[in-house]
Amino acid sequence: MTTTAATPGRYRFSHVARMEWAKLRSLRSTWWVLAVTVAGAIGIAVAVGVNTEDAAADLTNNALAGISLGLLLVGVLGVLAMTGEFSSGMIRATLAAIPNRPLVLAAKAAVFGTVALAVGEAAGFIAFFAGTAALPDGIPAPALGQPGVLRAVVLGGAGFCLVGLIGLGLGAIVRHTPAAIAVLVGGVYVLAQFVAVATQALMPYLPIAIVANSLTVAQPMADDQVRFLSPWAGLGVLGLYAAVTLGVGAWLLARRDA
Amino acid sequence: MIEVRGLSKRYGSTVAVDGLSFDVRPGIVTGFLGPNGAGKSTTMRMVLGLDVPDAGEARIGGRRYRDLRWPLREVGALLEARTFHPGRSGRDHLRALAASNGLPRSRVEEVLGLVGLTEVAGRRAGRFSLGMGQRLGIAAALLGDPGVLLLDEPVNGLDPAGIRWVRDLLRSLAAQGRAVLVSSHLIGEIARTADHVVVIGRGRLLADTSVAELSARSPSLEEAFFELTDDSAEYRGTLGSEGRTS
Repeated sequence: MTTTAATPGRYRFSHVARMEWAKLRSLRSTWWVLAVTVAGAIGIAVAVGVNTEDAAADLTNNALAGISLGLLLVGVLGVLAMTGEFSSGMIRATLAAIPNRPLVLAAKAAVFGTVALAVGEAAGFIAFFAGTAALPDGIPAPALGQPGVLRAVVLGGAGFCLVGLIGLGLGAIVRHTPAAIAVLVGGVYVLAQFVAVATQALMPYLPIAIVANSLTVAQPMADDQVRFLSPWAGLGVLGLYAAVTLGVGAWLLARRDA
Repeated sequence: MIEVRGLSKRYGSTVAVDGLSFDVRPGIVTGFLGPNGAGKSTTMRMVLGLDVPDAGEARIGGRRYRDLRWPLREVGALLEARTFHPGRSGRDHLRALAASNGLPRSRVEEVLGLVGLTEVAGRRAGRFSLGMGQRLGIAAALLGDPGVLLLDEPVNGLDPAGIRWVRDLLRSLAAQGRAVLVSSHLIGEIARTADHVVVIGRGRLLADTSVAELSARSPSLEEAFFELTDDSAEYRGTLGSEGRTS
């Protein structure tokens, strides 16, 4: 009568990942948010490039300025990947199909993280080439072969992906779209303004500061008052934030009624 | 086969389900009746592992839901509230679910045809009428060709032809040897569809008997239902004093 007896094995991570990929790609919002992000990163890179006057500035970091602004969009997309399930009721269909809840969040993170990384890297490289090509005559463009330049471009895309994953974790923790977006914007942007005024000791650990001033720099930031993290330390701290939010999100997802 | 044993659930100070036990046997349609707020939907969510019971458990073919190897191939469920994203097409919704349990894409087209949604399956599900949404939910429940089906108010929003279609569908699914649990607030519909009936009130079991036996007690199944649920209210009123002596 049923296929149960005839089908060996059981669902695995690969099945859950295929479901999450089918879900992610079938929402138009996914593609237009990512398209706007890439277009914005390129537009800002060109604008900054055209207006460059100081040849001694970190021109790589300037060209990647749009990546930092795109963080908000990829973070919101991460939030929506989770809260959209709760607000629509889709979460109950998802969890009835795959009762292993941490596995669901792991697959979501793997699929969304892969897409965000690919888009982040594409945005980083295109913005770098567009921004440096737009530099005025007389200002030498940085090349990928120069020290720190390739690293800055690649880590910019990685930072973009990690902020998206932080958004996904926040979505699993907070569950309501407006509240989760408020926490994301508060944590990534607004908090930075307060911390900058209150205590500069924490400044290097803020997500926005890590992406803008640690990951995407080719030359170490020269700031008398704030010592920003090195690129790799910044990547580690941002990765830790993503791991903690996703871990807490998975724990809560497994414990709460759907 | 679904076995519900001593299932209890409270939300804050409200007891939703209170020591509920019953079986849903294969080969017949079991109707699940009770007034609004009796705990039918909560019970179904607990059977599906979506809500965690405070006490007791539900087993499907001897297993807890979370231990099922291919959940959609073993249990199909239609819940009361919508369980699809409004921005995704009906077809994409079913394809995602099919992928999760290793089901072929051809099965998606089969169930779309079965529920009569083939023509509109490319539309965003948020634009579906209530009846089309119910059909999409039924398609999702049938996707894995499961041996156990739970349907919470499946005829909600359906027109008379749709109601009749659901009735025939449920009877044929049971005739194929599947265990079918269906809740409805339309008692006449249950009388025509179900062989067996489980009646609950305020989360407690009031009756677990055949439709024929229950109908024979009163002029109609509806009368029998009201007598049962009225008794439940009176029983409630005296529970405080009796509870202390026992």
